[in-house]
Amino acid sequence: MQHTVIIGNGVAGITAARHIRKLSDNKITVISGETDHFFSRTALMYIYMGHMKFENTKPYEDWFWSKNKIDLMREWVTSIDFDGKTIVFKNGTSLTYDQLILATGSQSNFFGWPGQDLKGVQGLYSYQDLELMEENTKNVKSAVILGGGLIGVEMAEMLHSRGIHVTYLIRESHFWGNMLPKEEGTLIDNHLAEHGIDLRTETELEEILDDGNGHVKGIKTKTGEVIDCQFVGLTVGVHPNIDLVKDSKVETDRGILVDEKLQTNVPDVYAIGDCAQQKNPPAHRRPIEAVWYVGRMMGETVAHTITGNETKYQPGVWFNSAKFFDIEYHNYGTVLPTCQEGCSEFYWECHDKKKCIKVIYETNSLKVKGVNLFGIRNRHEVWDNWLSQEKTLDHIIGNLPEANFDPEFFTHWEGEIQEKFNSEFSDKTVNVRKRGFLEKIFA
Amino acid sequence: MKTIRYTGLIAFLFSLGLFLSLFFTSTYTLTEQIFTSNVKAEHQETLGPELAGMMDREYSLSIPFVKDLNAAVNTVNERMRSEQQWDKVIYDDYAGSLTRASTSGLIQDQTTLLFILVFIVGAVGALMFILPQIQLGGPAGIKHNGIFFNALNNRGWIGMLTGGLLVVFYVLLYFYPAYITNWIILVDPVQKLLNPGATSSQWFLYGFLYTFAVLVMGVRMIIKYRHSKYQIFRTISVMFFQTAFAFLIPEILVRLNQPYFDFKNMWPLDYDFFDAWHINMLTTSGGTGIFMFAWGISLFAIGVPLFVFFFGKRWYCSWVCGCGGLAETVGDPFRQLSDKSLKAWQIERYLIHAVLIFGLLMTGAVVYNFISGTNSILGIDTYNYLRKPYGFLIGSIFSGVIGTGFYPFMGNRVWCRFGCPLAAYLGAVQKFKSRFRITTNGGQCISCGNCSTYCEMGIDVRWYAQRGQNIIRSSCVGCGVCSAVCPRGVLNLENRDEDGRFNQPILLGNDSIKVSN
Repeated sequence: MQHTVIIGNGVAGITAARHIRKLSDNKITVISGETDHFFSRTALMYIYMGHMKFENTKPYEDWFWSKNKIDLMREWVTSIDFDGKTIVFKNGTSLTYDQLILATGSQSNFFGWPGQDLKGVQGLYSYQDLELMEENTKNVKSAVILGGGLIGVEMAEMLHSRGIHVTYLIRESHFWGNMLPKEEGTLIDNHLAEHGIDLRTETELEEILDDGNGHVKGIKTKTGEVIDCQFVGLTVGVHPNIDLVKDSKVETDRGILVDEKLQTNVPDVYAIGDCAQQKNPPAHRRPIEAVWYVGRMMGETVAHTITGNETKYQPGVWFNSAKFFDIEYHNYGTVLPTCQEGCSEFYWECHDKKKCIKVIYETNSLKVKGVNLFGIRNRHEVWDNWLSQEKTLDHIIGNLPEANFDPEFFTHWEGEIQEKFNSEFSDKTVNVRKRGFLEKIFA
Repeated sequence: MKTIRYTGLIAFLFSLGLFLSLFFTSTYTLTEQIFTSNVKAEHQETLGPELAGMMDREYSLSIPFVKDLNAAVNTVNERMRSEQQWDKVIYDDYAGSLTRASTSGLIQDQTTLLFILVFIVGAVGALMFILPQIQLGGPAGIKHNGIFFNALNNRGWIGMLTGGLLVVFYVLLYFYPAYITNWIILVDPVQKLLNPGATSSQWFLYGFLYTFAVLVMGVRMIIKYRHSKYQIFRTISVMFFQTAFAFLIPEILVRLNQPYFDFKNMWPLDYDFFDAWHINMLTTSGGTGIFMFAWGISLFAIGVPLFVFFFGKRWYCSWVCGCGGLAETVGDPFRQLSDKSLKAWQIERYLIHAVLIFGLLMTGAVVYNFISGTNSILGIDTYNYLRKPYGFLIGSIFSGVIGTGFYPFMGNRVWCRFGCPLAAYLGAVQKFKSRFRITTNGGQCISCGNCSTYCEMGIDVRWYAQRGQNIIRSSCVGCGVCSAVCPRGVLNLENRDEDGRFNQPILLGNDSIKVSN
C-alpha cells in the first residue's frame, strides 16, 4: 500500500486527499501545524465579525476524516529528507512517504518597514493571525490598513464590524489597482466611503511609530502625515510559503517549481496550491495563482496523477470572485487593469453606483475576452461557454438575460445594458429585454 | 438616532414587564352570585358545598384560586365516580369561567388602557428600536455582525431567559389557561372590536399575540433584508396570511354566523380537520361549510402536489404557513442555532416520518369511526389511544412548547424540521417530483459555511455547493437566506427544468478532469 503524505490541510491539500481516497486505497496522511482540521481560510473574517464560529468554517465534520481513512497529524514539519523519503517534525519524530504533496500555502508579505515588528502590527493569513488579531484589537479605537487588495478590504470590514475606525492606505489611484480597471476600482472606493472607511489613495507608508513600549501608536506616510492608531494591518499581498524546501534539492523560484503534472524536479514530490509555481503556465494564466479555486483544481488534478492516471493540470476559463462589504464581484476570463492592445471595453454602471459590468472584447472581431461583474450575479456555466466558444460582444449582450443568476424578484438590468449597447453599436443592435407584467407592477 | 433606539427598547421592555406583571395583579373573589350565574343548575347542588370555603374569600393570585376550584370539582367528580353516578360527573370547564368572573382589579377596570400600554406602547417601542437600523446599521446588505457574540442569538443568558419564558407561556396557554385569565381579559377589547358578541378565549389571546409578533418582527425582517426583494415579498406574504387568513377572516366568519375556518391551514398540520365534530360542524353549516370542507381537502390533495411541482414546498412553508410565518419573522434571530450535523439529519428523518405515520393512523381511525359510527378500531379506543395522545404530544408539546419555546435553543424551525407531518408530505413531493432546486453556480463555492450556518432547517448546504452539486433536499423550505448570505453568489433558488436538477455534468472550472453527479 502506497503512503501519500500531504503537508498542508488547506483547500489544496484536503482536496487532493479526498480525491486520492476516492480513487485509491492509499494510506493518506495530512499534516498541519496550523489547525487540527480543515477550515475555510476565506471564512476567517466571518469568525472575527461574529457571523460564524470556527466550528462553522469547517467544511467537514470531525468524524469525516477517520471514516474516510484520512489520517490527520497536528505537527510542524522542520525538514524533509528527499533521498530517504522522510519527513522530520519539530518534536523530533519522523514519517516516511511514498509520494509527497507540498501544499504549504502562502505567507504574508512584509517589506521591511521600520516598526513592522511592533506589537499591534500584523498581517492576516493563518488561524494564528486571526487569534493574534483578536488579541491585538482589544480596546482599539482606530486602525490603519496598508495595501489595496482582497485581504486589506476584508480586514477593513472586520475592524469596521467592531466599530473600529479604519484608515485605509493604498498606493494606487483606486482600490485593487493591480487587478481592477479604474471604473470598477472607483465604484468600490465609493462604497468603502459609504461605510465610513477613510480611504487614502496614492498614499505610501514611511514608518510605523513606536509608543515607547514596543507597541504601535501611529504611522507616518511618505508625505509626512502622521495618523494615530493602535493597530496596523499589513496586507500587501502574500508570497508562496517555501521555507521548508528553499534550501533543498527541490527547485524553487518565488514558489516551488512544478511541471504541468504538478511534479517538482524531485521524483514523487508534488506541489499544489498557493506554494506552487508553474514552469510553463497555460496561456493567459500566471505562474503563481494564490486563489482558493486554483488550490482546489490542483488538488483534484494531482490526485489523478498520484493514483496512476497521469493528468496534466489544465484549468478552464479563468474565474474569480470576491465581496467588498456589500458588493459582490465576479470575474470570468481576462480583464486587465488597463485594456490590452487590440481590445476595447464595454462598460455599464447602474445609477446607484453599486452595480456595473465591464466586457473586454477584441476591437475588430468583437470576440469577448473577459468580464467583470459587480453587484449582479451571473451564471458561471453560461460565461464559461461564451468565453471558451469566443462569442462576440453583440451575441453576449443580446443573450445576457440567459446568464442572470440574481435571486427571484430582483430588478433585471439587462434591458438597460442592452440599450446602452445599442446606443454605442448602432449597426449591431440587439433586442432589448422586455419587462414582465409583475416586474412593471413592482418596479 | 441611538437615543430613539434605546428609548424604544425601554418602552418595549416596560410593556413586556407590564404584560408579565399583569399575571400577578388581580384579586379573585368567588361570590354566591358569580357561582349561581356561571354554574349549571344541576351542578350547583353538588359543587356548592365544596366551594363553600372559597366563597367571599379574596385570593391575590390566580394559581391558588384555580387550584381550589379544581380541587372542589375533583372532589365532586371522585365521589360521583365512586358512587357510579356517571351523569353527575362535571365535564364543564368551570375553572376558566369562574376565574374570569371572579377577577377584579386593574385588569377589569382599565382593560383598554392596559391594552394600549402593553400592545400599542410595546409595538411603538419595538419599532423605535427596529426602524433606526435603516440608518444606523449602514447600507443595505447582510447584517450578521456580532451574532455569535450576542447573548440572545447565541444561547447566552438572554436567549435562555427568552426560551424559558416561551416554554412557560406555552405550558400555561395549553394546559392551565385559567391561570392566565388576566392576559385573556387583556385582549378582550380586540375581540369585542372584531366580534362584539364574543368573549376572548385563550386561543384568541394566542392568535392575537402570534399575529402581533409576526407583524412587528416582520418589519424587522424586511428592514434587515431590504436589499433582497425575495425576502421582502416573502415576509410581506407571511405577514398577510397570518393577519388576514389566520386571525381576521375566521373571526369575521364567526361574526357572520359561519364556522370558524382558517383557509390556509391544511391537514395533516391541521390534525383535527377530520374529527367528527369538525366534519359535522362544516357539513351542517350550509353551502359555506360544505365549501370549506371541499376546500380543505382540495388544498392537500390537489394544491400540494400541483404547487410543490411548480414552486417547491416553499409556496406553503415560507410564504403562507403560520408556523413558517412565525419562524421567518420572530424566529429569524435564531436561525443559526439549528444543528447541521449528519446525526441531526438522521434523527430528523426518523422523527418527522414517525409523526407523519402517527398522524395518518390517527386520521384514518378517526375517519373510520366517523363513517362507521363507532368509537374504536380493532378494539382500540380511538380517542384515548390515538386522537388524544396525538393532540397532546404532537399538537401541544411538540408543535407549541418545543416548536416555538425552543427557538433560542435549537433554532427557529424545530417543529417544521423534526415534527410537522405536512412538511414531511410537502418534502416528499419536493424531493421526487418538483422543478424546484437550489442551483449551485459552477465551481465558485469557497466553502465558507455561511449558507449552512444560516440554514434554519439545518441543511448542510455547503456539502453540496462545494462539490458543485445542486441542493435538492426534502426539508428545504425555500427561505432563500443561503442565497442571500452567500458572499460569492453561488446559490440561487430556482424553478427550472425538472431533468436538470441532478445527475448532470458539473462545471468545476477545471478542464483536467470530468465530474458528474
